Amino acid sequence: MAFALQVRGLTKSFPGVLANDHIDLDVEEGEIHGILGENGAGKSVLMSVIYGLYRPDEGKILVRGQEVAIGSPSQAIRCGIGMVHQNLTLVPQLRVFENIILGQEPRRGIFLERQKARRRIEELLHQTGLSIDLNARVRDLPIGLQQRVEILKMLYRGASILIFDEPTTVLTPQEVDQLITYLLALKKQGKTIIFISHKLREVFALCDRVTVLRRGKKVGTCAIKEATPESLAEMMVGRRVLFELPRGRKPAEEVVFSVEGVSTLPEKGKALREVSFRVHRYEILGIAGVEGNGQTELAETIVGLRRVRQGKLVLNGEDITYLSVKERIKRGLAHIPEDRHRRGAILDFTVMENLMLGFEDEPPLRRGLLTLHFPTLQEFASSLIREFEIATPGGDTLVRTLSGGNQQKVVLARELSHPVSVLLACQPTRGLDVAATEYLHRKLLELKNQGKAVVLISADLDEIRALSDRVLVLYEGRIIGELSPESDEYQFGLLMGGKSLAS
Amino acid sequence: MGILSLSLFQAMLRMSMPVLFAALGGMFCERAGVVNIGLEGIMLNSAFFAVLATFLSGSPWIGFLSGVLSGVGLGVVIAILTVKYSGNQIVVGTGINVFGLGFSAFMCQKIWGSRGASGSVAGLPLLRVPYLEQVLGENTILIYVAFALIILSHLFLFHTPWGLRLRAVGENPQAADTAGVNVHRYKMVFVTLGSGITGLGGVFLSLAHLSFFAWGMTSGRGFMGLAAMIFGKWTPLGCFLASLLFGFTDALQMRVQALGILPSQIILLFPYVVTILVLSGFVGKALPPSDYKPYEKR
Ligand SMILES: Nc1ncnc2c1ncn2[C@@H]1O[C@H](COP(=O)(O)OP(=O)(O)OP(=O)(O)O)[C@@H](O)[C@H]1O
Ligand SMILES: [Mg+2]
Repeated sequence: MAFALQVRGLTKSFPGVLANDHIDLDVEEGEIHGILGENGAGKSVLMSVIYGLYRPDEGKILVRGQEVAIGSPSQAIRCGIGMVHQNLTLVPQLRVFENIILGQEPRRGIFLERQKARRRIEELLHQTGLSIDLNARVRDLPIGLQQRVEILKMLYRGASILIFDEPTTVLTPQEVDQLITYLLALKKQGKTIIFISHKLREVFALCDRVTVLRRGKKVGTCAIKEATPESLAEMMVGRRVLFELPRGRKPAEEVVFSVEGVSTLPEKGKALREVSFRVHRYEILGIAGVEGNGQTELAETIVGLRRVRQGKLVLNGEDITYLSVKERIKRGLAHIPEDRHRRGAILDFTVMENLMLGFEDEPPLRRGLLTLHFPTLQEFASSLIREFEIATPGGDTLVRTLSGGNQQKVVLARELSHPVSVLLACQPTRGLDVAATEYLHRKLLELKNQGKAVVLISADLDEIRALSDRVLVLYEGRIIGELSPESDEYQFGLLMGGKSLAS
Repeated sequence: MGILSLSLFQAMLRMSMPVLFAALGGMFCERAGVVNIGLEGIMLNSAFFAVLATFLSGSPWIGFLSGVLSGVGLGVVIAILTVKYSGNQIVVGTGINVFGLGFSAFMCQKIWGSRGASGSVAGLPLLRVPYLEQVLGENTILIYVAFALIILSHLFLFHTPWGLRLRAVGENPQAADTAGVNVHRYKMVFVTLGSGITGLGGVFLSLAHLSFFAWGMTSGRGFMGLAAMIFGKWTPLGCFLASLLFGFTDALQMRVQALGILPSQIILLFPYVVTILVLSGFVGKALPPSDYKPYEKR
């Protein structure tokens, strides 16, 4: 068997972390090779070393049997290796074709040859069957298309080994399906692809073989045909992972929280139009829909970050429509924001600081008029760290250095550290590994079974269906229909595409 | 004589020159992702060195060259501090401004015995250009240098590969780096170049507009350049048009003052009011090149 890429004994450490520990990897020519592992297992670091972003401490890289020294991305590109990063590296203000040719511009004399550049890219589009408006500004494109620009960028540079680091986390389910189709087409054209994802469903749809990493070490490589979701999850985590959790009891009659005919203004986003729903005790209400149909706006309205134009919000029988965020929290509203880096946590604060955020001005954390009471604070933090199994060296560690799963646990711990009657969870497991996802799902169910109400907004239909008691579908800022989680995927597809089931 | 006339147009053009050089210079720095608020200090420093070199050598051309080179010199300092050592751009820029004021006053005192002004030196000669002269008025070579710079920077930014790379460096250095562009080199080169261009504004003030150095003679034109650059949306043509606006308020101010309609103190405020309005974003919303953070490779 010919190998496109081989890694031998690759080791990379950061101060205090051994991110990659003597890793061997063999990627066959023309295959799609999955890399699996929990958050912080070392997948991204391994790929960054292969792409020349980090220098390895030890070990070597072979491309088609030849040992190569890759010290920078441009050297990697010269070896035919391209990479689409977890966060895209495009210049938003530049046009699509400018982004594609950046660094390798065709020119005549000292001037850019735009026509030639366009022609070359169009040829590429033709070969690969991708399509995109070359003159559009990248910032105006949805994420899915931006990612396509990244792919074209690699192909334009002649890459034959393509690395994708969690390309699907930022995509809508539709975009994921498209990406899968393209990747299979690229494979057919003889490209070799390395694919990283936490979604086993994608891995099974795409990959020929997978390599699993755990805590910086390689656990093993296996053909996908011989694997099951359970076996892969066990390799990653080192124990059994439950994909299907028992739901527990049926919702009660008692309404905890209701949204009544709420409309908002379309400032910076979609307007909500006459959204109404109720959540009961012992209930998880799922809100499904293609992203960008008002999910963010709905969440912001419920939390109090967005003004309501019409309608009202009622929590435990009390009208909270015009209450401040703080007042709502006091009345038992908890919130896991969709963007945990921007709204959920302050990355450059410590775990302890993040845990007290928003509650710092109340006893027992506050003593007297102004001062924080540190002993109480430390005790408070360490008890939460224990209770929520947050893997951190201590309360004074910066949240930035934690894995995604543990960052999310910090947010969850903070939100649940105070009396809650309704939890609004937005994309709670985005980017999290199987174990962290399982943990979060268990927590949500636990909450429900304690008699709380949960509103779960998620783009991940599997998640919605696995947890919810009822599902509403949001489309263009309206609730377009209600389904039971057992309804088939086709019906969900219809509603999410805007076709109501009225007829 | 009416307020609006050919001579007013010519005055506007002249008064816009220092602002234009600062705007173009600042634009190159910002396109490379560095906010250069030291434009004022650079300009003042260049004005001083232009006069000093002319005084010492007797040739305004040597003065011209020294003015530009002293701009380049400060540019290298700014580039090293902000790019190489990731210094705070605002602190470094402010430092340059304070330095410009203090250093020129000190040297002026040492050489000419007065902190206020230098002795008079030979200015740059007027360039005889048939026909054009009738429209633009009598000018030194600097006005033609300015026109050439506008056109060249436009072509460079939007029609050459290096211009594309420069724009990418300012907007998203990570992306430029992954595409194989040497981010640090681009930043160093264009911060230096931009500062040199700003220096031309100083040369204009002390060797073309006047023919001596006066303390604080830039009187805020570096900051006006910054405003013109923002108003001009970081493009050469935009910078030009915005500078004309500042030139116009300046020229108008002189006219109105001569006519004595309004108290002169109020009229002198014109250009500054426009600057404040532009800098505080009243006039049109502008998107800056986004990344002003020092870029550190991982
Ligand atoms: N630049 C860095 N400096 C210090 N530590 C780092 C750096 N980059 C990664 N690490 C550490 O190396 C380990 C591996 O990180 P890596 O990003 O490769 O994980 P991953 O498998 O990609 O996880 P995820 O699924 O969350 O993307 C982690 O413990 C991380 O904190
Ligand atoms: Mg990663």
